[in-house]
Amino acid sequence: MALSREQMAQRVAREMQDGYYVNLGIGIPTLVANYIPEGMEVMLQSENGLLGMGAFPTDDEVDADMINAGKQTVTARIGASIFSSAESFAMIRGGHIDLTVLGAFEVDVEGNIASWMIPGKLVKGMGGAMDLVAGADNIIVTMTHASKDGESKLLSRCSLPLTGAGCIKRVLTDLAYLEIHNGAFILKERAPGVSVEEIVAKTAGKLIVPDHVPEMQFAAQ
Amino acid sequence: MAGFDKRVYSYEEAMAGLEDGMTVISGGFGLCGIPENLIAEIQHRGTRDLTVVSNNCGVDGFGLGVLLVDRQIRKVVASYVGENALFEKQLLSGEIEVVLTPQGTLAEKMRAGGAGIPAFFTATGVGTPVADGKEVREFKGRQYLMEESITGDFAIVKGWKADHFGNVVYRHTAQNFNPLAATAGKITVVEVEEIVEPGELDPSQIHTPGIYVDRVICGTFQKRIEQRTVRK
Repeated sequence: MALSREQMAQRVAREMQDGYYVNLGIGIPTLVANYIPEGMEVMLQSENGLLGMGAFPTDDEVDADMINAGKQTVTARIGASIFSSAESFAMIRGGHIDLTVLGAFEVDVEGNIASWMIPGKLVKGMGGAMDLVAGADNIIVTMTHASKDGESKLLSRCSLPLTGAGCIKRVLTDLAYLEIHNGAFILKERAPGVSVEEIVAKTAGKLIVPDHVPEMQFAAQ
Repeated sequence: MAGFDKRVYSYEEAMAGLEDGMTVISGGFGLCGIPENLIAEIQHRGTRDLTVVSNNCGVDGFGLGVLLVDRQIRKVVASYVGENALFEKQLLSGEIEVVLTPQGTLAEKMRAGGAGIPAFFTATGVGTPVADGKEVREFKGRQYLMEESITGDFAIVKGWKADHFGNVVYRHTAQNFNPLAATAGKITVVEVEEIVEPGELDPSQIHTPGIYVDRVICGTFQKRIEQRTVRK
């Protein structure tokens, strides 16, 4: 069975470490915040200028001056700081963020990522995604393994305009967890009940399949 | 004392000198921390052919979106646009030009512009369409793009509190691009919720020192919320 969005978030949450500063993109990455293991302290960075994002506010706490990068109302946790956009991207570009999780349309065996532009469709912009992929060393891309039409999103070479070149080393899809190394995807884990054959069939780029591919484990809820 | 009194008492006075074809840098992220009354005044003035530099371009009928109604904007430099139908329409018909710029690069372009730095190198955008036509140089084995800084004829800024010296404090995440925009305008206009007595602001807590600010005006704000999200 392909992973649900929640299961993908739970798998990513296993990569958290106590004391990490983490930037979570919009969509599945945002859900990761719900599965941070008990007893572990993580600070979430929001690129509009907030380090230490807290829960969504109650009705009474809603404040138009307190939003996240998705423009949702949020709160700040104890220990948070608030700053300008230049300061925020100094953290990102300076490599101070321990883990970045973001979505994509495509990734390829060279670690290229395309996530912001589909030619022919209206282009809304890259927001902070290009800065995040260029600035972070530790990035996890979350996306479905193939499109609804069955087209692989793990390619030999991205077909869409890039967000960043050679910057992705780890990908979690709804079928598998893979690493990118020396011009190939390496199949590290498979989703429970998903066969290696299915993953092979849905991966267009070069894929290395080790002798043993364990089933994925998830962070405890 | 009067030399440092930057208060103005009408929005007309606040935006005096804005002319057709000028570049306006605006603070704000989405609709958070936007100089909503200064934008409304630009609409009111009917200034045209503007280049607007801002992270976003408002929504239909609010924020910078109001300047689309009478086609006052010729060019937008932003990281994310298209939250408004009118913008899409003008973009597709070629009435408006958009230069999409990575958010961190945009922030740094303003910061550098205000600091007298004409250009800088960043890894952001290397190997992407953003790199088209730009110089790439290698430092310590990695490639970087040269990005030129931005300055504006006007910068329009939304603060929380200011004193008449033009010292400004922002509130929460309404800070965003505002302090950067404030440094990069030939004429910087700040609108705030409250103008406080001299000495009331702690000098060590000032976000934007008054040297960057030419005019301060006190206004009232709608502060619209784009994505009201609550927990139960």
